[in-house]
Amino acid sequence: MTDTPIDRMARATPRIVARRVRGLSDRAIAWLFVAPTIFLLLAINIFPLIWTVRLSFTNYAANRPGREVEWVGLRNYERILTSEGIWANMQTTAHFLIWTITLQVLIGFTLAWLINRKFKGNDLLTTLIVLPMMLSPAVVGNFWTFLYQPQIGLFNYMIELVTGTPASSFSMLGPGGLAKWSIIIVDTWMWTPFVMLICLAGLRSIPDYIYEAAEVDRASKWRQFWTITVPMVLPFLMLAVLFRGIENFKMFDMVVLLTGGGPGNETLLASIDLKREAFEKWRTGYSSAYAIILFVTVFGLASVYVKALNKVKQR
Amino acid sequence: MSSFVTGLLRLRRGSWENLSTVLIALGVVMLMQPFFLWAFTYSFIVTLIGTVMFIITSHFPE
Repeated sequence: MTDTPIDRMARATPRIVARRVRGLSDRAIAWLFVAPTIFLLLAINIFPLIWTVRLSFTNYAANRPGREVEWVGLRNYERILTSEGIWANMQTTAHFLIWTITLQVLIGFTLAWLINRKFKGNDLLTTLIVLPMMLSPAVVGNFWTFLYQPQIGLFNYMIELVTGTPASSFSMLGPGGLAKWSIIIVDTWMWTPFVMLICLAGLRSIPDYIYEAAEVDRASKWRQFWTITVPMVLPFLMLAVLFRGIENFKMFDMVVLLTGGGPGNETLLASIDLKREAFEKWRTGYSSAYAIILFVTVFGLASVYVKALNKVKQR
Repeated sequence: MSSFVTGLLRLRRGSWENLSTVLIALGVVMLMQPFFLWAFTYSFIVTLIGTVMFIITSHFPE
């Protein structure tokens, strides 16, 4: 008689349980295995979402649990969608999103294209480029605050060295309109390696014989790039844009550490404003409506994007 | 253009998905544009209609 762990478990299973399980169909057993996951998904994702929708129609405040909750209908949505402050935050978020994604895609793809060529020290260079992505956003936020110091910061010193503008004459994180760009620079520095890695995977998946066939047909390098490289890397690039788009739409930690939404409201992204409404002003109903607006926007965009991605992959 | 309208009338997925995609994109642009406050005000309802329409119409036949 064999004595594998499976046999031991089978012997240890009470006879009544074994008989009951033996009577189940394959479909029922499959459901039995999937049920805990479905239950967790419902409890952790779906229930809070439904609860947030419900709260968005009330004036509930989480710091006053004893207060009577009043049904306010669409008033929270009306107040948010007619607020000039929130409109300005959405524009700040759009500015951050558009510039970070554009820069990350351009620089990330270029780096991947360069790294894909075989040269000495290729692996070491890849590791060095990927390092910023591995750091915690809290660490990145803190050390870029030092780099941006007008008196002692390396960033201002480099700008002085290159352009001749005195280092102490401008502050990247202070008033003057540069704060918006300072958060874009840091996010691009941190997350370009991520886009580069995805593009590199795409570039390495292109078989060499396609380029060889193009060479035989005397296609120029430029033509090979636009008709082979770009179309075959496009699904990977779109995936990177999807990930970065969703991540940057809810960007919070790094910007809070760098600027805290300031100076004034210059870098106040929608996610930071939402956190202030929910956990500083304790307007839970109002902030739930705010969260639902952001959720529907991201969900709608992601659905369309996934559809486009599937179409590109099928081509 | 006529095939698009025919698709809409015959409840075909392609045409309806394209229409909902346009609505979602329009809603997002309205939400983030810096020119008209009224466009910002109506952005959510446009995005919501587009998103719900997209979920429903993605189950239509090809």
